[in-house]
Amino acid sequence: MSAEASVLFDAPGPKARARYRLIAIAGGLVVAALLVWLVLRLADFPAPVGRTPNNQWAPEKWLPFLQPQTWTSYLLPGLWGTLLAAVTAVVASLFFGLLLGIGRLVQIRWVRWACGAFVEFFRAVPVLMMMLFAYYAGLFLLKITGAALPFFGVVVGLTLYNSCVIAELIRSGVNNLPHGQREAGLAIGLTPLRTLVTILLPQAVTAMLPSMVSQLVVILKDSALGSMISYLDLLRSGTYLSTAYGNLIPTMIVLATMYILVNSALTRLAGWIQNRLRRGPRAVAAPATGGMVPSVASEPVVPATIMPPPEQRER
Amino acid sequence: MTGFVELFTRYDVLGAFWLTIQLSLLGALGALVIGLVIAICRVSPVAVLQKFGTAYVTVFRNTPLTLIVAFCLLGLSFTLGITLSDPNSPTSITDNGVRWAIVALAFYHASFVAEAIRSGINTVPQGQAEAARSIGLGFASTLRYVVLPQAMRGAVAPLGNTLIALTKNTTVAATIGVAELAFQMKNMIEFSPQYLYLIFFVMASAFVILTLPIGLLFTWLSNRLAVQR
Repeated sequence: MSAEASVLFDAPGPKARARYRLIAIAGGLVVAALLVWLVLRLADFPAPVGRTPNNQWAPEKWLPFLQPQTWTSYLLPGLWGTLLAAVTAVVASLFFGLLLGIGRLVQIRWVRWACGAFVEFFRAVPVLMMMLFAYYAGLFLLKITGAALPFFGVVVGLTLYNSCVIAELIRSGVNNLPHGQREAGLAIGLTPLRTLVTILLPQAVTAMLPSMVSQLVVILKDSALGSMISYLDLLRSGTYLSTAYGNLIPTMIVLATMYILVNSALTRLAGWIQNRLRRGPRAVAAPATGGMVPSVASEPVVPATIMPPPEQRER
Repeated sequence: MTGFVELFTRYDVLGAFWLTIQLSLLGALGALVIGLVIAICRVSPVAVLQKFGTAYVTVFRNTPLTLIVAFCLLGLSFTLGITLSDPNSPTSITDNGVRWAIVALAFYHASFVAEAIRSGINTVPQGQAEAARSIGLGFASTLRYVVLPQAMRGAVAPLGNTLIALTKNTTVAATIGVAELAFQMKNMIEFSPQYLYLIFFVMASAFVILTLPIGLLFTWLSNRLAVQR
């Protein structure tokens, strides 16, 4: 960041420094004004006409978070639900993603074609729709009942989407490897499939490891959609909590903080892995993420169709 | 085929499709404007603005959109009474939901737009900025005349990805009852469960129809606009 930023402007002289200070004060004032407005708005301060003010900073709205019972009966089970769905979906997506990824790279044309069509279709469909579909398919066709039904819906929905994303990650990882790797494998007499599995895939998976960890963030966030099909995740248990104590906004702020803490820890982990891969003795082609920023770590995982041209490798 | 006709006559599929398009376009417009401001803040020489930009991206990128959408409608609108529609109009409640959904989509995706633009700035070689400074341009002119025009071209591909993600994320508005495609799909499955597969296929295809051209267009654009180096 600082390395990039410093290129855009000179080390400021006295005049520029005075100007920056002015902008800093003005900008600081704008930011502060926004914050003050938000705080006052949450306090419902310019008292509204026609209804009693609804102060969101009132102690009774925040005190529940100091009671252990709030955490043991609402927030922690919710967090557990979110993590359980996310982890199950990750494991399943890794498995199916690997299969689909291999399927897109094998020699047999119809397998490649079928896997490609599957991946392209399900990557274009929103996760919520797949969750709804899985939920109702589980209800009407598989006759799943009870708490297993929403869990099934969430996990299948997340898995359908994310295994396609992982398949794409694997495919682009393999395509970004130097040609020599594959050629060397074939030259020593391995079959194409063996070359793929024993030589190309291990390198590709290592190179894509940071992206896969960032995909975890996406899965974790998407699991919040499960509240639409009555899965008891962090968001839904938070809604129950806020109904019980009448503190919707404080609850949502606490929930957001919990999500942010977990997700930024994961993002940092991804960055750390990426750094290690760059420095490591067996540095494989680190994924192209341009410079100083551990780039867009989450959400729009670059679909291979519009993958930016792979940057110059480091070797 | 009868099922197909029945679905289209009984349910307002096209209306939902149009609403999804509206949500996507307006959300994208808002996200582009906010995201550009945040991106400029993040590369600016002023520490306060840098911190603000970083904090914005961290907060919005790590919070589920579902939570933001719920916070907007249930929190800001219902609890604090901030409405975005004319209370006297007959469609007041629907309008309010749709508009808050657009606001939430714009603010959420602005963080991804900001990251996309910043990754675009990263594609501009340092020599460009150095050359601009050496002919005496200040920060604003360097950014305005030299770096951003190239950065936006470099950011086309990630911006396209963000737009595709945004289009798909409009379905999250279903969680607050905005009658777009996913909401309509739930509705249709509940009332015509015998067409489960057909409904999923139709609604999912709607998104393929929306996102496929965007993907192709942005791939073409990013190749066409790529700066030759």
